[in-house]
Amino acid sequence: MPKDTSIKSVLIIGSGPIIIGQACEFDYSGSQAARSLREEGIEVSLINSNPATIMTDEVTADHIYLKPLTVDSILEILEERQIDAVLPTMGGQTALNLCKEASEIGIWEKYNVRIIGVDLNVIETTENREAFRKYCVDMGLGVAPSYIANSMLEGKEAAQKIGFPLVIRPSYTLGGTGGGFVHKPEEFEAALSYGLKASPVHEVLVEKAVLGWKEYELELLRDINDSVVIICTVENLDPMGVHTGDSITVAPAMTLPDPVFQEMRNQAQKLMRGLGSFAGGCNVQFAVNPETEEIIVIEINPRVSRSSALASKATGYPIAKIASKLAIGYNLDELNNQITKTTSACFEPALDYVIVKIPRWNFDKFYGCDATLGLQMKAVGEVMGIGRNFAEALQKACQSLENNKIGLGADGKGLAKTEEIIDSLQHPSWDRIFKIKDAISLGVPLHTIQKLTGIDNWFLMQIQDLVKLEKEIQKYTLDTLPKDILVRAKKKGYSDEQLGFLLGRISPDDVYEKRKALGVKRVYKMVDTCAAEFEAKTPYYYSAFDEENESKRSDKKKIIVLGAGPNRIGQGIEFDYCCVHGLLAIKEVGYEAIMINCNPETVSTDFDIADKLYFEPVYWEHLWELIEHEQPEGVIVQLGGQTALKLSKKLSERGIKIIGSSFESMDLAEDRGRFSDLLKELEIPYPDYGTATDADEALAVANKVGYPVLVRPSYVLGGQRMRIVINDQECETSVINLLKDIPDNIILIDHFLDRAKEAEIDAIYDGETVQIMGVMEHIEPAGIHSGDSNSVLPPYSLGAIVIETMKHYTEKLCRALDIRGLINIQFAIKGEKVYVIEANPRASRTTPFICKAYQIPYLNVATKVMLGTHTLKDFSFQEKLTGYAIKEPVFSFDKFPNVNKELGPEMKSTGEAIYFIKDLFDPYFRQLYKDKSMFLSR
Amino acid sequence: MNQTPAILLLEDGTIFNGYACGKIGTATGEICFNTSMTGYQELFTDPSYYRQLLISTNVHVGNYGIKQVEAESDQIQISGLICRDYTNQFSRKKADSSIEDYFIENNLVGITGIDTRAVVRHVREKGAMNAIVSSEISDVEALKATLKSVPSMEGLELSSIISTKTAYTLGDEQAKYRIAALDYGVKKNILRNFTERDCLVKVFPAKTTYAELLDFQPDGFFFSNGPGDPSTMDYAIDTMKKVLDVNHPTFGICLGSQMLAQAAGVPTYKLHHGHRGGNHPVKNLKTGKCEITTQNHGFAVDMEALKNSGKARLTHINLNDNSVEGLEIIGKKAFAVQYHPEAAPGPHDSRYLFDDFLKMIDGN
Repeated sequence: MPKDTSIKSVLIIGSGPIIIGQACEFDYSGSQAARSLREEGIEVSLINSNPATIMTDEVTADHIYLKPLTVDSILEILEERQIDAVLPTMGGQTALNLCKEASEIGIWEKYNVRIIGVDLNVIETTENREAFRKYCVDMGLGVAPSYIANSMLEGKEAAQKIGFPLVIRPSYTLGGTGGGFVHKPEEFEAALSYGLKASPVHEVLVEKAVLGWKEYELELLRDINDSVVIICTVENLDPMGVHTGDSITVAPAMTLPDPVFQEMRNQAQKLMRGLGSFAGGCNVQFAVNPETEEIIVIEINPRVSRSSALASKATGYPIAKIASKLAIGYNLDELNNQITKTTSACFEPALDYVIVKIPRWNFDKFYGCDATLGLQMKAVGEVMGIGRNFAEALQKACQSLENNKIGLGADGKGLAKTEEIIDSLQHPSWDRIFKIKDAISLGVPLHTIQKLTGIDNWFLMQIQDLVKLEKEIQKYTLDTLPKDILVRAKKKGYSDEQLGFLLGRISPDDVYEKRKALGVKRVYKMVDTCAAEFEAKTPYYYSAFDEENESKRSDKKKIIVLGAGPNRIGQGIEFDYCCVHGLLAIKEVGYEAIMINCNPETVSTDFDIADKLYFEPVYWEHLWELIEHEQPEGVIVQLGGQTALKLSKKLSERGIKIIGSSFESMDLAEDRGRFSDLLKELEIPYPDYGTATDADEALAVANKVGYPVLVRPSYVLGGQRMRIVINDQECETSVINLLKDIPDNIILIDHFLDRAKEAEIDAIYDGETVQIMGVMEHIEPAGIHSGDSNSVLPPYSLGAIVIETMKHYTEKLCRALDIRGLINIQFAIKGEKVYVIEANPRASRTTPFICKAYQIPYLNVATKVMLGTHTLKDFSFQEKLTGYAIKEPVFSFDKFPNVNKELGPEMKSTGEAIYFIKDLFDPYFRQLYKDKSMFLSR
Repeated sequence: MNQTPAILLLEDGTIFNGYACGKIGTATGEICFNTSMTGYQELFTDPSYYRQLLISTNVHVGNYGIKQVEAESDQIQISGLICRDYTNQFSRKKADSSIEDYFIENNLVGITGIDTRAVVRHVREKGAMNAIVSSEISDVEALKATLKSVPSMEGLELSSIISTKTAYTLGDEQAKYRIAALDYGVKKNILRNFTERDCLVKVFPAKTTYAELLDFQPDGFFFSNGPGDPSTMDYAIDTMKKVLDVNHPTFGICLGSQMLAQAAGVPTYKLHHGHRGGNHPVKNLKTGKCEITTQNHGFAVDMEALKNSGKARLTHINLNDNSVEGLEIIGKKAFAVQYHPEAAPGPHDSRYLFDDFLKMIDGN
């Protein structure tokens, strides 16, 4: 069937603030859906309360509703606008739940709105575990034995029948919340009670645990004609027992013979076709017994999911885009493959490379949390590595993690105590993959590791190969290393930094020079959905050590934009928003825009945003080789958060132009000592401070500046490890702890301005004029990280003189630092005195928030100013805000039941929402104001 | 793994260097690539790959070892393997052996460590051609000389070489249906699909005459897949014509569909570089449904001639390049598909065709 022409206006529901289990992958899907529908001439309205998203930008949708995701908001939209259909499958469980809620009270029916992309009647089957179990059994498909329980008594009876280990799965919760494994009878009661409480209907499924079974996920698309295609099959390296969002995953499936895979494919199709009548995307999870190859169904999600985003980036097939077109009536065979442009969208991508996804966790932000991986997802982000084999993809993913890893080990940081390693193999946490390699190096037999982890032997053997290769490399020096071993190592993904370490702690630059002289260089291969069977038109590349290079350098002038890597607390989706706008602006002024990033959940890594996309680690070695290949005019580091910024020193040393503020300017702002000297020279007040390299020095400084003091390491993100201490004893402990974890760090000690107000300014400077984008006043007092504070735009209580002083200081700093582009300055205000706390010479967390609140495309402006093609005088700025906009932080503490919500100078929130109020009498605002100091801790 | 150097030389002089896998030796054939991501063993043993050098676009080959019962014939049929990352390590508990042991046992020569994507792009641009792989001869001139003596696939008749020498039956003697299957290089899973559907299948040598076939008193005739140039098989077309004259229920797969077309006067031609993989979209024009299919063909039925033939009708079309994927004979109980409904390896979307054939017999 061709497009349904009765649908002229569609409402897309977003997923709201980023929380663990529901992250920026839904900005990817929502914005792709919006673009896909607008391409068809459909008017797109979009509701989402998350301002840091591209989906809520005017470049994406026609009508944007930055409103809470509630039935009231939906009603408001439907009153205001003629909506023909609602698409609820792009905004995760949140959107689906809201759609269901609205449906139950008859709202869609009342306003004559069709629900597309899903059949609400079948949602119950997929979300109610008992109903789903029945559904599978009726279809003749295997499931794990289980019983439903609505009480402690029923739960205990179930446990008796099933035996241990077993799983408790609460009904209707997201990301496995409240669920868990129970290995021993004595743990059962507590787990059952927790599960029953977590479920909104107080219902759990008690299920036999298929621990150690192999786990797979299939991404499906179905059209209204009932054609079903499998876009991607993902194999979890971590077997059953670890949530798939917390598992290292690999595509294509590495260890599946064809008969088993086809059986799984058949079952997936059957499951999807059985779910009523709808056209769209779906995700099915299976477990396979490694001994018998028996298959059981784990779950089905009848919507676009986190793994759809991964599958899209892994294959090049834009799942959300096509799913949207199917939802408005197209059949798969009526659509083109978006990558080749000539072949059909009705096909199953073939990969001639391997991708590895590794989740990114932030356990360091949740003191006392249980960092063991299990049923409930705990990761805050993820990275993907693409390579020409498994080892290369795995190492590239490790290089992307932004946790100081330079690959899979080979960095001298491995554990040496066998007992510790064995323990960490048994209790998986963020570092299990690294520990596996340590264990192999120490000679722990593979079958022991296999038994402890349940990981398929093939993966373990691949890691063993790396250990063997390293032993061989270590026999040589850089001068004696034979070329064929060097080539083998590079093909297996080793970074020059790892090789430098293995060859006797020599500099990675020396390794690079040697291999360059030997002609061992990266080539770029295309992600084309079809393993080169057809010619592809889409410039989506990854690097590999192979013969043929497919990425031809064009004659156009080019700008590279550095992405922000994996989402984590302190650096999230907002930088993806910034990068996307940067790329669009670069294209507008006629340059070729080149993106480099490794986060599969992002819009900036969609193949149709940049002119050229390199899906690569934002890691020096990859960046440098790409620069040598593309020879850009310059590199933009201001848009990719701290990840991008920290590469500017090396860029500047190599004489590569940094677009916008120079490295010297940025370094001056980042270097606490020099920055304070500058403030002094400019007669701008700042809190008394000092630096220390050990506890004795720290105590001296603390006493000089006066308690309470802020103790923090230098060069970190989101206030990481920052503490407020009130006496010598606390100061000493915190400094000792810091130096234990981050040796050789220069510790900064600031006098803490107790009970001060906090405010911030984002601004753009073009060398002549300063444009104040916005002045924001925090509701919470100084001491709570700005990212965790409710921030009000414009200020609600600061006096005119204070605001003028802040603006004045901003201007002074822009000029003195010689900023080109963006800057964010944080202030503390005590009485009428304004102190500058810090300056960030880059796009900030609040940049997208201001753009949305005022409806001004500041990132477009800032990029053009950085490029020097425009000055601020070329633009006019019309702030469209009546009343105030509040940026409210959103937390994920519920994922860590034994962690208290305590806020301090270290950021803890995972996401944010925007909330508009007309005036200060607003009850929501009054409540926030009343609670402002409640969570302040240290 | 050993690191014995090996060389891949194409007919147009292009050279790729890699390492040996399998037996140390030399292999020649027409170079072709397959994009399937599972089922390497089924591909190696598919008789349609006879005298072809197979490039696996899937990176890793060997991960789950070899399991004898999953072979599509009794021996390896490809003449050599070209791959990126060959691995002797496997994890499958049910496997019988490693791929290396299997290759050594079957005398198969392979080359690994090749930029397979570059080779595929080359073949995609330049078209199918002959090639030579060697891990024993490094002298390019000597390889060129050997390569010259390899005949072109075009004009080559191979089915009679590879076909069974004697007829044999499979399935239950009391089965509901009796199927006469002409073996031009038949895959085991085709026969399995019949026997699973209550059929007794008698598999006949390629050059069996119509009269001999009739002796079996079949309810239906099946014309199998197989290697080589379909335009060289007059004997098979002749048999097909006789079957059609009497209007027996007839089903053909791959080469069998090309026989059916030629019997109706529709010619075949050699594709630029063939269709080989497990992800090719086909639309059934009768039902309007789409299916993802397994394909392995270097020749195809001429679309224009089919449309103008008046004797045969197009039933299935390839959604990627709009080539002929299925046809039926007007007014006859005969149909065939160019792709592989038996899969192995590949999706099972098209198995309904076996049921359709048996329904056709039921209606007879």
